[in-house]
Amino acid sequence: MPLLFYISSLIAILATIMVITRYSPVHALLYLVVSFLAIAVIFLSLGAPFAAALQVIIYAGAIMVLFLFVTMMINLGKQTALQEKEWLQLKVWIGPSLLTLLLLGEMIILLLQPQSASLSSAVVTPRQVSMSLYGEYVIAVELVGFLMMTGIVGAAHIGKHKKKNLHRFLQS
Amino acid sequence: MQHIWIVLGVLFVFLNIAAGLIWVERRLLALWQDRLGPNRAGPLGLFIVLADTLKLFFKEDWIPPFADKQVFVLAPAIVVASVLMGLAVIPFAPGIVVADLNVGLLFFLAMSSLGAYSIVLGGWASNNKYSLLGALRGASQMIAYEVFMGLSVMGVVMLSKSFNLTAIVEAQQHVWFVVTQPVGFIIFFIAGVAETHRLPFDIPEAESELIAGFHAEYSGMKFGMFFIGEYLGISLISAMTVTMFFGGWLGPGFLPPVVWFFLKTFAFIALFILLRASLPRPRYDQLLGYGWKILLPLVLVNLLVTGAIALWIRS
Repeated sequence: MPLLFYISSLIAILATIMVITRYSPVHALLYLVVSFLAIAVIFLSLGAPFAAALQVIIYAGAIMVLFLFVTMMINLGKQTALQEKEWLQLKVWIGPSLLTLLLLGEMIILLLQPQSASLSSAVVTPRQVSMSLYGEYVIAVELVGFLMMTGIVGAAHIGKHKKKNLHRFLQS
Repeated sequence: MQHIWIVLGVLFVFLNIAAGLIWVERRLLALWQDRLGPNRAGPLGLFIVLADTLKLFFKEDWIPPFADKQVFVLAPAIVVASVLMGLAVIPFAPGIVVADLNVGLLFFLAMSSLGAYSIVLGGWASNNKYSLLGALRGASQMIAYEVFMGLSVMGVVMLSKSFNLTAIVEAQQHVWFVVTQPVGFIIFFIAGVAETHRLPFDIPEAESELIAGFHAEYSGMKFGMFFIGEYLGISLISAMTVTMFFGGWLGPGFLPPVVWFFLKTFAFIALFILLRASLPRPRYDQLLGYGWKILLPLVLVNLLVTGAIALWIRS
């Protein structure tokens, strides 16, 4: 199903461009969600339904909601949009665009090589993913677990503070 | 061709259940509170559904001038769309399923987590401080309870060795998973109530403190979408509970499988309404503290014990 792959890739690229060019942070985040959903469909079309589902659950469903949560809490209003407008001027674009075009050129050359990898569509089941995670890559999984634990301990430490004067409903 | 009929049938049945719940909920609430409820329009007051729908359609559809227009219009559609997508993976009877995905359970979890956007965006786009507070509460509540919802069904996955919902139902031929996974069932149901933000967990809308929370600025059919989305969410969670813990379509042979499925689902819908009729709303910090400090450890212990027993039986 290469057609599905190309359509969703196009959507992912367009949505990502919209993320960069929006002035309002919430609109940009919405386009980022669309981009993640498109990437999930790419995974699905390449025969990785498990990765697709996790992409939606973790990135689109949890992480982006947290991003949105924080953006809402600091409540960036019209001023931020104006500031963004000032920052996003044409001359800022020139450097990154040139570098990206170079990368694009390299990628096209690589893709045009005769022995380039074709789109394979062997379906990877959840069982295979778990077998390789807890068999072959078990050390990597445990190390990532350590890393996450430090994050949690740090967050708990920063978040923990005694309230000096409690609300009267919370006393006793 | 048969596929299209199944899709249309599922849409027809569930949209009608959602509309019919307007009447069912009011009559049942009235029954449990010792009143009569709506009983004037038509036989048994059934036409209240029609009256309510007409009212929703003909109210002024007002977009406040200070709102973010595009996001304001988009938000109510997300909840209905995500819940209807979630219904696609549920097997109603052998062969009657829209999409028999091999990651069906994960697909359901993904769709229910996308539903959170509707509250968050609706509250943000309204540009009103009560709505924003409702949206903040909604976001943190949904994120927290999604975690337990996902973890609570992993015990079922371990026992049935599949994410496919048809396979999960077939694994319950001999004994329903509610017997082998009682803790998982209770936590899944609590998380389901929190995901659909129904009373007692309707903290994002909390009439008494936030007026209507995230949908305070909505009127007409846009409010109607939130309304229908909530009823569809109840039906979806009830159907999922039945599929995963109460044997889905399985039942004694004197009734067809579909009838068994819907009978069980209706029992859970009634339980949702009974919860609303009988429980008070907890405070916001109590809800989150209860989730992270009690439910999360419980669900992890459940997972550990299930895994250990499954390994022991296999060896």
